[in-house]
Amino acid sequence: MDYSQFLYMREELSLLAVILIIFLADLFLCKEPKEGVPVRGGKIGLIACVLLGLHTLGNLIPCCGMEHEVTAFGGMYVHTAMMTIVKSVLNVGTLVVFLMANGWLRREENVVKQGEFYLITLFTLLGMYFMISSGHFLMFFIGLELASVPLAALVAFDKWRYESAEAGAKFILLAIFSSALLLYGVSLIYGATGTLYFTEIGALISGGSLLSILGLVLFMAGMGFKISLVPFHLWTADTYQGAPTVVTGYLSVVSKGAASFVLMTVLMKAFADTQLSEAWNIGLFWLIVASITIANLFAVRQQNLKRFMAFSAISQAGYLVLAVMGGTAQGMTALVYYLLVYMVADLGAFAIINVVEQNSGKINIDDYDGLYETNPKLAFLMTLCLFSLAGIPPFAGMFSKFFVFMAAFNAGYQWLVLIALINTVISLYYYLLIVKAMYIKTNETPIAKFRSDNYTRLALFICLAGVVLVGILGVCYNYIDTFAYGME
Amino acid sequence: MIQLNYMLIISAVMMFAGIFGFLTRRSTLAILLSIELMLNATDLNFAVFNRMLYPGGHEGYFFALFSIAITAAESAIAIAIMINVYRQLKDISVGKLEKMKF
Repeated sequence: MDYSQFLYMREELSLLAVILIIFLADLFLCKEPKEGVPVRGGKIGLIACVLLGLHTLGNLIPCCGMEHEVTAFGGMYVHTAMMTIVKSVLNVGTLVVFLMANGWLRREENVVKQGEFYLITLFTLLGMYFMISSGHFLMFFIGLELASVPLAALVAFDKWRYESAEAGAKFILLAIFSSALLLYGVSLIYGATGTLYFTEIGALISGGSLLSILGLVLFMAGMGFKISLVPFHLWTADTYQGAPTVVTGYLSVVSKGAASFVLMTVLMKAFADTQLSEAWNIGLFWLIVASITIANLFAVRQQNLKRFMAFSAISQAGYLVLAVMGGTAQGMTALVYYLLVYMVADLGAFAIINVVEQNSGKINIDDYDGLYETNPKLAFLMTLCLFSLAGIPPFAGMFSKFFVFMAAFNAGYQWLVLIALINTVISLYYYLLIVKAMYIKTNETPIAKFRSDNYTRLALFICLAGVVLVGILGVCYNYIDTFAYGME
Repeated sequence: MIQLNYMLIISAVMMFAGIFGFLTRRSTLAILLSIELMLNATDLNFAVFNRMLYPGGHEGYFFALFSIAITAAESAIAIAIMINVYRQLKDISVGKLEKMKF
């Protein structure tokens, strides 16, 4: 056996090392709670953030010929340079989530289980890594489950809050249901081709056979649940509302981003047959139209801010998947770039929602009336994030939307781009509703003035830097573009 | 020898019985059972395709094995969450899980 192939898995191995160190630190550093003595936070949050930061930086150093596509373990594991970028984007997202979770985890009811939060989150991240780098449906399935089953535990993390448990129940039942649909699709594809390697399936599968079409449809339905595209989105709003706010942020960015990138690579590799690619393009077309339009219409009437962000996330997922159309190299660049930009803007908004909820317990849009009077900095940051989400220039969101539209337009989907453009205008309306609440509306009892903790400030700083700089620095797009690849 | 068709019909019936159960049952535990039925249908599919069509390899069998193990983990988490729901609500029927909607 050639042990050097483990080197190709350095991202997974280094993340595993981080997980083990945090596990041991949690075991030895956190003391047993005693009667009458308040439990202190401990250093575990700091350790987790530092380690994850080191892990992110370490994996960006190029080494051992990983600029090209390499495979390990007989093709089960595939790695391309693009995957390093996607994994790094997910790392940064997780880091921001950790930073904003710190204050919440130091609360009295959570302090004994804060190590668990970091561990479970990192395990889902590991699952996403394996899912992204899979070259075989078994590997893909294990990664997918590792990424979604612990997430249910995270959603139900607030043990004493009923909404959290209800959200967890809804999430886990629909996650298993969608896995079952996806697996049935995979089994039909196995029946049609006799193999489960993506590249071999791509060579053997033919769009003429009904079995492979049915397999493709079920596979896309399963992935649609994970990315929460519209006919499969019913769990999203309830889960996002009930889950702890930091977990909602994680769900809406990191897990969704990983799933949409995987959707693209699998469709490009395994379903590259001409007839089949025509089939999945038609399927995606309607999924995108439904996601963007219906989510926008529902977002307008929401009162709860987390629920509002859920519908905003569904519509953003529609834009993410818009880049998948056609399976071009340009589309892949647009997808990863969109993911990066969406991540900083959405997590920035969630960091503010979280810190406001921690300090005042308020979560409705009405409660944000007059936020500018008491907390002008937070209101300003929230405005920047919402502008970026809506795609107003000069923020990064405008550039990312532009690149996605350009990719879809060049792939030949002009009508789809038109529909998406109209929906961008509608989305502007509901994002501005919050800006209006913060700046224009007056409130007798506004949210009191408070100081954010330093971890949240760092998270907000990262998000602000991303929102302002990623769009202006053209280097980011060009750097991603050098590694992109598409269908032949 | 039993033909492939019959096996596939059984698994398809199991699958759609599971989907029907998922949509109609009122208790979350019964819903979980329906999902298990669906997952078992896929395992059966993998094993049958491997045995009947591609007897050269073992990919289908192994997939079925892994899928059974992962399903067990999923059920464990799902039941743990349901216990948590029961603690707060004293009920696990889906009709009662309605605090958040629309």
